Amino acid sequence: MPATEMEQGRIAIVKRLGSFIFLMSASILGCFPLNSYAVDQSVLDAQQRRIDVIERVSKTVVAIFGASGGGGGSGVLISPDGYALTNFHVTSGAGDFMKCGLNDGRLYDAVIVGIDPTGDVALIKLLGRDDFPAATLGDSDTVQVGDWAYAMGNPFLLATDFRPTITYGIVSGVHRYQEPASNNFLEYTDCIQVDSSINPGNSGGPLFSDDGQVIGINGRGSFEKRGRVNSGAGYAISINQIKHFLEHLKSGRIVDHATLGATVTTRTDGSVMVADILEDSEAYKLGLRSGDELISFAGRPIRSVNQFKNVLGIYPKGWKLPLTFRQDEKRRTIHPRLRALHRASEMVFDKKPVEPPQQPDGPKPDGPKEDPKNPEKPEMPQIPGHEKPKPPAEYAHMLVKKTGFANYYFNEQEQERLLKSLRATGDFSSLAGPWTMSGKTGDGQEFKVVVEDQSVELQQGGEKFVQKLGLDASPSDQPPGSGGLLTGLAAYRLLLTGGKKPFSDTYYLGAEPLDGNGPRVDVLVSKWITTDIRWYFDQQDGRLLGFDTFLSEDSLPCEVRIPELRDVDGRQFPTGFEVRHGGEVVTTYEVSNVDLATTGSEK
Amino acid sequence: MKRLRIALLLMLCCFGREADVAAMSTRETIEYTLPRVVKLFGAGGLRGLAGYGTGFLVSKDGHIATAWSHILDADRVTVVLNDGRRYEAKLVGAEPQLDIAVIKIEDLTGELPFFEISSAKSVAVGQRVLAFSNMFNVAAGDEPVSVLHGVVSAKTDLAARRGAFQIPYDGPVYIMDAITNNPGAAGGIVMTRTGELVGVIGKEVRNSLSNTWVNYAVPIPELTKTIEAIIAGTYVEDEKPDEDAPERYRPLDFGLVMIPDVVFRTPAYIENVLPGTAAADQGLQADDLVLFVNNELVQSARELKRALGALESGDRFEMIVRRKNRLITIQLTAPKKTDQ
Repeated sequence: MPATEMEQGRIAIVKRLGSFIFLMSASILGCFPLNSYAVDQSVLDAQQRRIDVIERVSKTVVAIFGASGGGGGSGVLISPDGYALTNFHVTSGAGDFMKCGLNDGRLYDAVIVGIDPTGDVALIKLLGRDDFPAATLGDSDTVQVGDWAYAMGNPFLLATDFRPTITYGIVSGVHRYQEPASNNFLEYTDCIQVDSSINPGNSGGPLFSDDGQVIGINGRGSFEKRGRVNSGAGYAISINQIKHFLEHLKSGRIVDHATLGATVTTRTDGSVMVADILEDSEAYKLGLRSGDELISFAGRPIRSVNQFKNVLGIYPKGWKLPLTFRQDEKRRTIHPRLRALHRASEMVFDKKPVEPPQQPDGPKPDGPKEDPKNPEKPEMPQIPGHEKPKPPAEYAHMLVKKTGFANYYFNEQEQERLLKSLRATGDFSSLAGPWTMSGKTGDGQEFKVVVEDQSVELQQGGEKFVQKLGLDASPSDQPPGSGGLLTGLAAYRLLLTGGKKPFSDTYYLGAEPLDGNGPRVDVLVSKWITTDIRWYFDQQDGRLLGFDTFLSEDSLPCEVRIPELRDVDGRQFPTGFEVRHGGEVVTTYEVSNVDLATTGSEK
Repeated sequence: MKRLRIALLLMLCCFGREADVAAMSTRETIEYTLPRVVKLFGAGGLRGLAGYGTGFLVSKDGHIATAWSHILDADRVTVVLNDGRRYEAKLVGAEPQLDIAVIKIEDLTGELPFFEISSAKSVAVGQRVLAFSNMFNVAAGDEPVSVLHGVVSAKTDLAARRGAFQIPYDGPVYIMDAITNNPGAAGGIVMTRTGELVGVIGKEVRNSLSNTWVNYAVPIPELTKTIEAIIAGTYVEDEKPDEDAPERYRPLDFGLVMIPDVVFRTPAYIENVLPGTAAADQGLQADDLVLFVNNELVQSARELKRALGALESGDRFEMIVRRKNRLITIQLTAPKKTDQ
């Protein structure tokens, strides 16, 4: 590449000055015909590559307008069925239904799906086609300073035909941290800094790598006194962060970021230590204390407070991440579950219109509302029949409002998808009688468990444990040290027999790596009596891989994992259960006999 | 690889200009430059004056050149290296006319990588460059400074003001098409993409006529003597730079007979090439027009004379000529002169 770049540089110089020199010399020595210069093939190739990439990816860039004609910004399509990424501060100004233009010149209806106000990301869905051109998501961790990067979008809403504006620049910095606006919203962690021009209206648009993969979502810049136009430093939310949140966003929820429950500080020797830690945090319960030195977090070394914030900021609330620290000269690794950054009451964004909070360096505004002084500013495209923000009748059913959700409609779709895959393992709905399972534990003890509507009873190694259920029940740690296994088994029976009906509430959470380092699994959450149950589904085949029972919000869960299924009377049933609590395996149960009784039958 | 390059640079320093530095790739240039650029924190932080800035290392002992600015109005300035190491530094000297200052890290153990400023040459308009600075204080701790890309769009004299005041520096500057001169960027460094020093990013100033912000850098050769004198402790403010351009080589030394220099900007056309000379060996011909010497535009016969006159004994250099409508690149070596 060096030779090529040098060559390009030289040719550029020569091209630029060629005609000037020609005139200069011609004036003295008379005229000769001006012919075109031979251009190095590598320059032509590089140019052709840029043309090809722009041609290919421009189709995926979305121009977003509020249905009422107000607000606006950019976005990028990421799937043929119309899912598109943009900024939260774009959708909050544009409303739940939007109009989206593509570079084919056509305008599509779009509806809000999920929002991440902390990360300034929103997922929307373009409607009316199932063959939208979709961009490929790249790996933003491989991006290096000096890499070429294309920013695409609709700055100043210039493109009335919706063809994106393309600005080409280089990556100026990676793993940048930009302070949040008020109340920890719009925090840019681990973001990519570029000198590709990013201006008002670019917000939510894609940052493409040199080969046309999405590496980020452009959302903000440093401006200071030069006004709200590009000043050489734009920031894109890294696509790897967004990948962590993608299923969460598809859940239609208002998604929160996380905190460890601890603050960290840099010591004089440059190491990072825990300054303060909440005693009800999972990290504390797993052994982290103030004064401990952090070594790595989520697989990345921690050598500064910003690095810690950069790691923490790219993960959703509730994920388990490996944390390695040094305590009394000993190295330890734990997998704490991250707690919510915000209280539920802070995560309400229903009162419209929600103005994007001002960012410290000046935010990217959500469209061309600014600059009333500029008479050349193009008018917002007029959308016939949509002067008022009325949802299009054919899509009105695709917006369902519910507390905690940007659009509950999409959550219902995801719930149904998972419950359907569960039903595919067998119809348990008629088996509402007592369930009896017996066999041996991993250490050779005989066990027998009977799960009924009103109680769960476990006999194991000569001991007997009972968990009463029903209206006035108080689920407890039975058997002791399991974290609430018997309650979990009762819930499992209810899920198989009744789906979501037996629970007071069930919703699709999104996805997370199973147990912090396993494969990505879909998570369904059920609320039952005083407990929360999280059901984990394989993303490939939809199989239920296990479930965690939280007796209360801050307790360590009882983790049940289902290693295998086998056929029991034409239905798929676990061959056993692995039960863990507090990072340790408590017991493994190998189920050799199963009796799933129908209603009314006697055991 | 990096070590090899440093070794190469050291060799150059020791043995003069025996060989030209192999051009670096963009990535190598970035890797070479970032450890030599530092973040500075000092006075300021009030009334829109940034309390942060940029500097670049000019000696292994921790001398740092930076813009002469208010952040140095503190007893100590905090220096944060590329790898996050923090030091205190003290002002060594400054030349307000050139807007340049030198500070030195105190209590430095070991040696630091630095720029060999004496090797800096001027670059031509159209040169593709990278600008490195801590603009907007984006980089913190062990984060490297920001890198922008651009092109030298003009070389001109600076007539600019800062607020209501005319700025003292009125010498030549490079104007760039990148937005380099941001808060905190002053004292940053501009490099060619192939790893040669170009200039020092100046403060945020406005063009005194058009009232627009100017993105400029002061050419390193304008500053070299002053920086070196401040480091050596021999700096006297009134020292005037040597005006007389050297004339160590003439076109004839390479076998070139140029057309007569009759007007202000006579084009550098070759009238004749003497047989058996280096120029003839390289295939230069009569009627070739010399366009560039070492990537620097040659606008006239006079400029060609000056470019060749500045060469050192044994210098290898590159010449680009136009023949009909083709561009031809020629490598030449300045003949050894033993009697100097």
